Amino acid sequence: MRYLPLTPDDRAQMLGVIGAPDIDALFKDVPAAARRKELFDLPKRAGELEVERELSGLAARNRPAGAGPFFCGAGAYRHHVPASVDHIIQRSEFLTSYTPYQPEIAQGTLQVLFEFQTQVAALTGLDVANASMYDGSTACAEAVMMAQRVTRREKAVLSGGVHPHYAAVTQTIAHAEGMHIHRLPAAIDAEAAVIDAIDADTACVVVQTPNVFGVVTDVSRIAEAAHAAGALLIVVTTEAVSYGLLKSPGEMGADVAVAEGQSIGNALNFGGPYVGLFAAREKLVRQMPGRLCGETLDADGRRGYVLTLSTREQHIRREKATSNICTNSGLCALAFTIHLSLLGEAGLRQLAALNHSRARELAGALKGTVEVLTPRFFNEIAVRVPNAAKVVEDLLADGIVAGVPYSRLDPHAGLDDVLLLAATETTTSEDIAALSAALKRRLA
Amino acid sequence: MAMSNVGRPTQPNAAASEGHTSLSGGRGLLQDEPLIFELGGWDKTGVDLDPADHDASDLGDLVRTAPIGLPGLSEPETMRHYVRLSQKNHAIDLAIYPLGSCTMKHNPRLNEKMARLPGFADLHPLQPVSTTQGALDMIDRLAHWLKTLTAMPAVAMTPKAGANGELCGLLCIRAAHEAAGQGHRRTVLVPTSAHGTNPATAAFVGYSVTEIAQTPDGRVDLADLEAKLGPDVAAIMVTNPNTCGLFERDVIEIARISHAHGAYFYCDGANFNAIVGRVAPGDLGVDAMHINLHKTFSTPHGGGGPGAGPVVLSKALAPFAPAPWIVHGSDGFDLIEEATGDAAQAFGRMCAFHGQMGMYVRAYAYMRSHGADGLRQVAEDAVLNANYIKARLSAEMTPAFPEGPCMHEALFDDAWLEGTGVTTLDFAKAMIDEGFHPMTMYFPLVVHGAMLIEPTETESKRELDRFCDTLLALARAAKTGNDIDRFAGAPYLAPLRRLDETQAARKPKLAWRPEADAPLAAE
Repeated sequence: MRYLPLTPDDRAQMLGVIGAPDIDALFKDVPAAARRKELFDLPKRAGELEVERELSGLAARNRPAGAGPFFCGAGAYRHHVPASVDHIIQRSEFLTSYTPYQPEIAQGTLQVLFEFQTQVAALTGLDVANASMYDGSTACAEAVMMAQRVTRREKAVLSGGVHPHYAAVTQTIAHAEGMHIHRLPAAIDAEAAVIDAIDADTACVVVQTPNVFGVVTDVSRIAEAAHAAGALLIVVTTEAVSYGLLKSPGEMGADVAVAEGQSIGNALNFGGPYVGLFAAREKLVRQMPGRLCGETLDADGRRGYVLTLSTREQHIRREKATSNICTNSGLCALAFTIHLSLLGEAGLRQLAALNHSRARELAGALKGTVEVLTPRFFNEIAVRVPNAAKVVEDLLADGIVAGVPYSRLDPHAGLDDVLLLAATETTTSEDIAALSAALKRRLA
Repeated sequence: MAMSNVGRPTQPNAAASEGHTSLSGGRGLLQDEPLIFELGGWDKTGVDLDPADHDASDLGDLVRTAPIGLPGLSEPETMRHYVRLSQKNHAIDLAIYPLGSCTMKHNPRLNEKMARLPGFADLHPLQPVSTTQGALDMIDRLAHWLKTLTAMPAVAMTPKAGANGELCGLLCIRAAHEAAGQGHRRTVLVPTSAHGTNPATAAFVGYSVTEIAQTPDGRVDLADLEAKLGPDVAAIMVTNPNTCGLFERDVIEIARISHAHGAYFYCDGANFNAIVGRVAPGDLGVDAMHINLHKTFSTPHGGGGPGAGPVVLSKALAPFAPAPWIVHGSDGFDLIEEATGDAAQAFGRMCAFHGQMGMYVRAYAYMRSHGADGLRQVAEDAVLNANYIKARLSAEMTPAFPEGPCMHEALFDDAWLEGTGVTTLDFAKAMIDEGFHPMTMYFPLVVHGAMLIEPTETESKRELDRFCDTLLALARAAKTGNDIDRFAGAPYLAPLRRLDETQAARKPKLAWRPEADAPLAAE
């Protein structure tokens, strides 16, 4: 087997050194009843070529986003990632290293994490960010649990504009810790109803901008109302590129910002692995979940980086930890940081402007055919079409993936006629023209 | 260009290297590399984008006016910056990475290539299921392998890492108890040697944690377990092979008495590499076990993730698995994405989409490459390598459990260092100067000054011998008592010397801040 270096000779010699008659002797602690004598009922070893054939065959039965006009968003976005990003993350020293527990020989990973944290803090307009979470949805749930620790209150108000999967994950995980999740009904401009739901028991208010329908909201007033009630404002963002154009959560009064970072540096990957962003005001740092990388000096006085404040973490605090997270999304965070270093301030702003421009073009092209429901958007809009799920299925015949029917995310909201469409820098005018023409034909 | 040798010295002179420092602060090819924030330009970029046709005037005052604070670099500068940083990392591709409990094995590059096929990588989680049949088929095949290798009837695929899998498993257990009117069971029993994630996860779902004692030979104390089992106990969480690197000989009995008291048996599968292909957790009475695909099935650790932690489930727990999952429909695969109808018992959802597809492809490529026969060999070689290390190092070091074989990792205590003035930490840091990554230290907590060494099956005998020879030489140096600086001051030869972690925690500096007079202040 090509991945196993020991030869039969090696094995015999090593057993001799150990003083064991055979390999079975090393498994003698396994109860006799549980020792499997036969191989498991699975295929035997296969060469590279054979494995490649099977997986290529499976991959060929999928329709990649890049194969034609494609308008899906709703929490995952197709962007162009520069070739150098993928090259760097495949360097052995990044790809095949562990969590940086030995800082003297992990400065590469640690300095990247410090850069990542600084970039995330800058994007969100907050003071501190952690070294990543699994994805945006679990970051959202962790933020709600942090609010419970900080305020010692147990109610979370979730706007109806929060991505339904994020709401479901928060309901599942934060509810397990005793939080009561008060989710408001889904609606295009759901943020208007949030302030009325805040009361003296509220630990936090969770608002998404741009929301799941694409609506961009100034959350400053919600921040004021939350703070007046002694609650934290958590702002969720599923499209990280929007930070390049829109006011940051911190600027609008957020205490915590969580986001899906996939858009920067990471492929769609059918939903994972992604990278959750988590940023907060400085005073909350000791209640934050996840790894934190901090600056310090070595014995010779040289600057270096270490994992720090680990007294919050599971391996030290065990059942009193702020979170159970251990492995997170290190390599995806690296891809995020490299891509953002390539973009820089100027590139990110331009990329965000371009995304918005493409979405304006999309909205303009569809306006005569369908009702565009999203009043102020970044790169994603909601439109009204009867039976959106069927429209999406029908347009597949035209070679077009027309977006995400809202009913797929939230079947019980009664919004079967809402279709979510995103446009990015990868969307061409030809894609938009093809969609517009096909929609016209289908709805005629 | 050819170089003339006229007048060029061809032999080195004999100046001593000791105490030599460079003028630049670098060390030969190892550059002193500033932060991106000290290198980049505010108007510099390494991407060329089309101009935007429409402006953002429609967004009014929602548009950001303040600067963000992100420096940019051209592509060549970006490459240099990150490649220079990469060279300050240890990696499995450089040498053995013997972190106990972490299973740092070779990461085959075929798996990377497969995960990047556009049919997997460029696939949106919410595009119509009719356009993702190959992806669902792939996940279904991986699920079949996981279920077969564990002899368990069901698997929840979506958890994003080991700890997330533990959470998934405990939420299944909680849902099952509640469905059976046993919601009052809110205690989890955990051995003192457990991973920190076990008690942290139990607390996460609102359970209290009670520790179970350990026997002198490093196993769960059955009498103590039985005494602590009762009507309030929801589950036991036991790692097997355990964190001392030992197989729980009484595991079937552990399962039996736990079940007899109405508790479920959660097995932490972090050490599955030791038994894959030889022992099936389903044969042991396990109700739920997460499988770290980034350990046993070799998806790269990537400096701290991403991982993947599917959870195999017993028949009793299967109905409570979270959404989404894949079903075989009349015309192909379908996805159940919501806990309603027949799926109403599902406890909820672990993450936004379908879990870690990129990791699934890699893990499946790894499994297919090995096959049933290769995977059995994986466990055997992993255990053989660990026992070889244990046998060789026992010449100078003290194994924590000398009697009998270990499984995939060899555990030593620090008794052999007593009186030398050298600590486990010093010894580990001295290993760095010898070119080796230290083993896991001070874990498990039940062994004083613990050193937990896990070589994995992908180390050659030559590399194991190089490792053992070096550790034995270091151990002898420690025991002489007159070479203390080699340890107390280590490392000397790494990119950095020992770092001040106390200072880092006392005054946390978690982000770069611009100088007061910088042209573009982020605050």
